[in-house]
Amino acid sequence: MKALVMALLLLLPAPGLAADPVYIADVPLEDPVAEARAKALMAELRCLTCQNQAILDSNAPQAQTMRVEVRERISAGEDPEEVRAWFVERYGDWVSFVPPARTDTALLWAAPFLFLLLGGVLLARRIRR
Amino acid sequence: MIPELGHFALWLAAAAALLQSVAPTIGLWRDEEALSGLAVPAAVAQGLFTALAFAALTWAFVVSDFSVALVAANSHTMKPDMYLVTGVWANHEGSLLLWVLVMALAGAGVAVAPATLGPRFRARVLSVQGIVSLGFFAFLLFASNPFDRLIPAPTEGQGLNPLLQDLGLAVHPPLLYIGYVGLSVAFAFAVAGMLENVVGPAWAKATRPWVAGAWAMLTLGIALGSYWAYYELGWGGWWFWDPVENAALMPWLAATALLHSIAVVMKRDALRAWTLLLAVAAFSLSMMGTFIVRSGLLTSVHAFAVDPARGLFLMILMALYIGGALTIYAFAAGRVAEGRQFAAVSRESALVANNLLLTVILGVVLVGTMYPMALQAAGGAQISVGPPYFNMTIVPIVLVMAFLMGVAPLLGWRRSATGHLAARLLPAAVAAALAVVVALTLFGVRGIGALLGFGAAAWLAVASISILAKRGLTLNSAGMALAHLGVAVSILGATASGALQREALVAMRVGDAIQMGPWRAELMDVRPIAGPNWTAVEARLDVRRGGDSVAILRPQSRMFVAPAQETTESGRAGWWTGELYSVLGQPDGTGQWQVHLWFKPMVRLIWWGALLMAFGGLLALGGRVRALKPRRGVEMSGSPIPQAA
Repeated sequence: MKALVMALLLLLPAPGLAADPVYIADVPLEDPVAEARAKALMAELRCLTCQNQAILDSNAPQAQTMRVEVRERISAGEDPEEVRAWFVERYGDWVSFVPPARTDTALLWAAPFLFLLLGGVLLARRIRR
Repeated sequence: MIPELGHFALWLAAAAALLQSVAPTIGLWRDEEALSGLAVPAAVAQGLFTALAFAALTWAFVVSDFSVALVAANSHTMKPDMYLVTGVWANHEGSLLLWVLVMALAGAGVAVAPATLGPRFRARVLSVQGIVSLGFFAFLLFASNPFDRLIPAPTEGQGLNPLLQDLGLAVHPPLLYIGYVGLSVAFAFAVAGMLENVVGPAWAKATRPWVAGAWAMLTLGIALGSYWAYYELGWGGWWFWDPVENAALMPWLAATALLHSIAVVMKRDALRAWTLLLAVAAFSLSMMGTFIVRSGLLTSVHAFAVDPARGLFLMILMALYIGGALTIYAFAAGRVAEGRQFAAVSRESALVANNLLLTVILGVVLVGTMYPMALQAAGGAQISVGPPYFNMTIVPIVLVMAFLMGVAPLLGWRRSATGHLAARLLPAAVAAALAVVVALTLFGVRGIGALLGFGAAAWLAVASISILAKRGLTLNSAGMALAHLGVAVSILGATASGALQREALVAMRVGDAIQMGPWRAELMDVRPIAGPNWTAVEARLDVRRGGDSVAILRPQSRMFVAPAQETTESGRAGWWTGELYSVLGQPDGTGQWQVHLWFKPMVRLIWWGALLMAFGGLLALGGRVRALKPRRGVEMSGSPIPQAA
């Protein structure tokens, strides 16, 4: 439901420049390895006020704040997966572009294999006949 | 007055569609040729009247007649002239009118083209097309009338979404629609083929040009959409696995599979039932794509004209057509035998493997796109299925397909020898190995996916070129080889631009410079500029390499007047080796500007590859015409290897 409300809100015209009082600049981390890990994670976290964008790609203020959060946590030595877990706990599964591996997503993750299996069986029957 | 004429023309076109669907149905049933023959003039009339309606709407946009509600809501007098015209289809009603226009013109095309399968079959095809158009006319006239008046007329319109004021996106919908509608013709041929029980090589030969043309246009349309997202959305990405992108990708995947399976029907009279099912699926997915884009059911970066109520109408329409076609299929499938047999190692089985893998990709895209919605509707959690999922599942399949695409064209029909394969594929294997070694040593690529990507691109490119280099090429196999080469080129572009990309993100003052690999970019100045309906801040970045100025990048942050909206315009400069891409961010208040700079190696190859694919598809329209020096033995064409019986 939250997603639906969000989606409906997003259909309204963009508010423009008005609401953007403090702009925090993107400051890459000093350590290139840590920065690369932070970037990789940012590409997989969803900007919650945008239409289907990763926070890495978004100009929205909230995405900006989330990027700062990711960089701070990564530079403090947290593992990217720990950071992701923190975001998921805070904003729900929706925030991560990687769907969770649980029973309710089993079908999603099994889909490629099921399709391959089904096709393979049909194909084998077709050729053997 | 003119909008009313347009509205009237639309009703006349709908009446013509009604005649086109009913007259042949009764005529064929009662065996009255005079009645079934009415389908031809009805289809031509439908085309003419729809064109008139479209012209009337275009006129309303060009003269900015704001008493037409659609124009008032989507246009503005300050908009550049070109976008006055393209604005006609940059909204829901107008784009649907464009859809029926293309559909009506395709119907008229079928009506006037030579009826290779006889007048009876043509009448049946036209009646199916008439029924399909009728639904869309009903949708237009009852639920989305583009000619609705707005009284009193406002003095100014509300303007067009600035993101859509772009040449790429102006051409993108017509291309996609031509593709979708081409698939609707294939759908009509499939349904008519089942009803008339004529599915076989001659049927496949008559249907295939429509599929090839539709496929080429879809390829171009999707590539253009991707290119637009790349330069206009300003994130430097080119494919986001966004629901709307997936909605266009799914019919393309089905059409790709159909294009290959219909070749099997044409050459070997096998896979008939499967091909029919694909033809039904391809158009069903096109309708579903339009439905997804228009209904706003899924959040997307590309959703521009959204209305849930209309979604319901489209869904009912879709259910009727898909349900109807599948019912006919269920009855006909028993009659339409699968056709001739083939061995495990044969061109047919390679094409079946291609179809299988394409269908798996299609299934994964469908499940991935719909799963979050379904889960939520079932009261479950809200999840996101994004790029990581799709890349993880689909990239490996694409790599396997690239391997098979190198081998399949060398296999013979029915039962293939394998002795010649090693020698014929040696150059491709050497090229693949070389590509991997070069990527590993010279460029320091370490990711296994990227290495396989380079290898696959080289393998497929060399294998495809070796087909082109052979004598006795038909247009058909030249088209196939070019399209496969295009896939290789796109894979190379996608792999290189991802794996070898360089990136810098800095806050700079005017006069500052950054070093990114061999490039040094200096911020020369940041100044305001004005366009016809926007103002912008434009930065000038002087990029030098080894002391020589190689490019001036001009990224902008644009503020449109009507509607008031901000967009970023990337500043780009490119060579065949790659492209410098820059985005101007916000100022921090102390005179510093956020500047984002990338070098994306070979990124343009992604779209050049798609162009090659589309060109190959159009060449294949030519069929079995000889392209180069003729060679003896007609039965050899398209099958480079003599069949080992």
